[in-house]
Amino acid sequence: MALTRRAALALAAAQAATPFAARVALASAPTRNRLVLVVLRGALDGLAAVPPLFEPGLGALRPGLGPVATDGEDGALLLDRGFGLHPSLSALHAMYRAGEASFVHAIATPYRDRSHFDAQDILENGATRARAATDGWLNRAIGLMPRQGGRLGIAAGTSVPLVLRGAVPVGSWAPQTMPDLGPDFLALLDQVYRGDAPLAAALAEGRRIHETTGSVLGDDARMAPGTRPGPALRAMASGVARLLAEEGGPRIASFDLAGWDTHAAQAQRLRQLLKGLDEVLEALRDGLGAEWRRSVVVVATEFGRTVRRNGTGGTDHGTGSVAMLAGGAVAGGRVLGDWPGLAPEQLFQGRDLAPATDMRALFKGVLAAHLGIARAGLDRTVFPGSEEIRPLDGLLRA
Amino acid sequence: MSKAGHLAVSRFGMGPGPGEVAAAARDPRGWALAQLDARPATSRRFDDLPTGKVAARSFTRFVRGARGDADARLPESARSLYMREAVARIAVQVEGAAPFVERLVAFWSNHFTVSIQRAIVLPLAGAFEREAIRPHVLGRFGDMLLAVARHPAMLLYLDQAQSAGPESMAARRRGRGINENLAREILELHTLGVEGGYAQDDVAAFARILTGWSIAREDEFDPGSFLFRARAHEPGEKVLLGRRFAEAGEDEAIAALGMLARHPSTARNVATRLARHFVADDPPPALVGALSRSFLESDGDLAALAATLLRHDASWSAPVTKLKTPNEFVVSALRAADIVPEDQRIVGALRILGQMPFAAPSPAGWPDRAEHWIGPEAIMRRATWAMALGARIAEGQRPEAFLARALGDGASQATRLWMPRAASASDAIALVLASPEFQRR
Repeated sequence: MALTRRAALALAAAQAATPFAARVALASAPTRNRLVLVVLRGALDGLAAVPPLFEPGLGALRPGLGPVATDGEDGALLLDRGFGLHPSLSALHAMYRAGEASFVHAIATPYRDRSHFDAQDILENGATRARAATDGWLNRAIGLMPRQGGRLGIAAGTSVPLVLRGAVPVGSWAPQTMPDLGPDFLALLDQVYRGDAPLAAALAEGRRIHETTGSVLGDDARMAPGTRPGPALRAMASGVARLLAEEGGPRIASFDLAGWDTHAAQAQRLRQLLKGLDEVLEALRDGLGAEWRRSVVVVATEFGRTVRRNGTGGTDHGTGSVAMLAGGAVAGGRVLGDWPGLAPEQLFQGRDLAPATDMRALFKGVLAAHLGIARAGLDRTVFPGSEEIRPLDGLLRA
Repeated sequence: MSKAGHLAVSRFGMGPGPGEVAAAARDPRGWALAQLDARPATSRRFDDLPTGKVAARSFTRFVRGARGDADARLPESARSLYMREAVARIAVQVEGAAPFVERLVAFWSNHFTVSIQRAIVLPLAGAFEREAIRPHVLGRFGDMLLAVARHPAMLLYLDQAQSAGPESMAARRRGRGINENLAREILELHTLGVEGGYAQDDVAAFARILTGWSIAREDEFDPGSFLFRARAHEPGEKVLLGRRFAEAGEDEAIAALGMLARHPSTARNVATRLARHFVADDPPPALVGALSRSFLESDGDLAALAATLLRHDASWSAPVTKLKTPNEFVVSALRAADIVPEDQRIVGALRILGQMPFAAPSPAGWPDRAEHWIGPEAIMRRATWAMALGARIAEGQRPEAFLARALGDGASQATRLWMPRAASASDAIALVLASPEFQRR
């Protein structure tokens, strides 16, 4: 009953403002909230991104890896509870100060070994073991939302990452550098793909997105061939955000950023990598426009890195890292999570930041508060067997 | 005639070269097996390209410096060398007379990934494949593993060149220390596999065993070549997988790699990955078992391993569910079109299609499952690229003849039915290239 009324109200509002096609899609959208999951592949050094400046041993443990104080090279920006923020994340810091970003430190998936690839598998499959599922938790979450035909999920990029793969059809998109396929050729392809269900489904989703991007982004859907990686990522973030902002557009996106495996020369590489992340977050905010207030961007990585500097100016594979939340819907301005400490006896296996918060608690907290997914579904379907992992409360504005 | 010719050139080849589908159809297994008698694959296209040693010598000074990372400072010449290497590689894949061997080169190159995601690999990736992979694809796994681990591209990509044992002279005098990146990835990816039965202590021990494996700098003898730095080597006995390795300097890692190359977990890992690459994302267990036994019994003879793959019935009877990678798709389309790419536009095309040469996202290499490559945008882009190629070759081309050459008897009813309805010869050719039977293998 309530749903029906809400849908009717939404439809009335839409009729006043939007053309017919978007109106139809809006009537079927189960939520007006937007969610973007940014996966940092290669393992972000959370202690360099969000350094615990209050830890007395920080400078000695981690010389030349990233900020350890508010002054000097890589001087940190200030956060709550004595934490700092890497200076490359200046736009994110501005969001934090505006109450639109927060951090969860010492966070980790249930995985306790140190393979990137198994760890990413678990970060995405939502299980406690690698290869335990061939679909992703975000796809399963979408499957629990009420739907009437629209496509809620979209992957930024040409491929769909595991986290968004599964039974529910999703799109993928990246800025275009080639001419569009004509409708006649697409109609022929449709016929030829009929005997191959996965290809037919991919083609159908691709066409659907291209039709939307054509009308929503116009010429901005295009990018010059040979655009360098930084601007290309910004263009992709901006385009996907604008699709999300559209009334009839998708609501949930995944976004991959690679290259975080800083075994050597970490300080200079992180300066660039975090700058790239900062620009992507800014482009998402700008692209979401007025819908930013209904948006949450979650930034997560597969595990953290060693507390101590390794022998080559970098860090090796670790355990606890940091996750970030940004968006107008975030109850921001805070650093969350129990802090396990950096004294030798406080480290996991004597080398890593100990995990204090389960990554699934963060994801569950966001899915519950932002997308209205019920606890039973979160416990059993989205993150199977996670009954004991309580969703984090209070992440978002009431 | 069955679809055997089409299956052979798709699953075990680089796509339909001129006359190849028909030739393979007569004796698919024999067509592939005969290629194993060929000399190790090389090409005149590689003649003008510098060795890894020369490339490393030209660029090692960008590797030096306080933090030892070149990524932000490499000159444009590194990028142009990468482009020449990438174009040559694609051209050799297109015109190679032993396409199955080219597929093996690509498989092993991906197994032992070095990636330009680290910029220092830009000028070295091509040399790595030519020097560490190609000479050994029909040789011994242990030799390839050793060549890989000693090549400057790998020593730099996985940060081994600067690693120093905690108790070594270099660590005590100059504050350098250990880096476990290469050690971990050799165990996890190249040899035992993630479930191969090693622990963090083994990673740490192997990292200490590898200390000292490095590259000669400009001011040292024979710059750019492999150099064992005794002063960076961790002294003393190490224990890896329960086996004691007495202090033996450079030879310690040679012995350890030899042990790893013969390990049953390595056999299992290699067998699984090989079968997954060629036959099915979840390969038939019987095939994996046969490959694993072949690997162990032949002491890692890769020609024998390849022959085992070709001789096994499951290799031919498994349903066609793999999707060509973008690289395989492009190369097979160019073979069908009989076009050898000569400039860097082909590199740009592969970038757009999601598989820029030597640019795998991580040390694990390019994903080898269909679901990764079948993203909606990815499939749209393949069709768009097929249109562009169709437009380029349509003039004077009869679509029916192109269909026969590209698919032979592998063409589906649907493709045969709908191709004549295409608006132009160009569209018809594009439809053949974008068809499921051309994209799958």
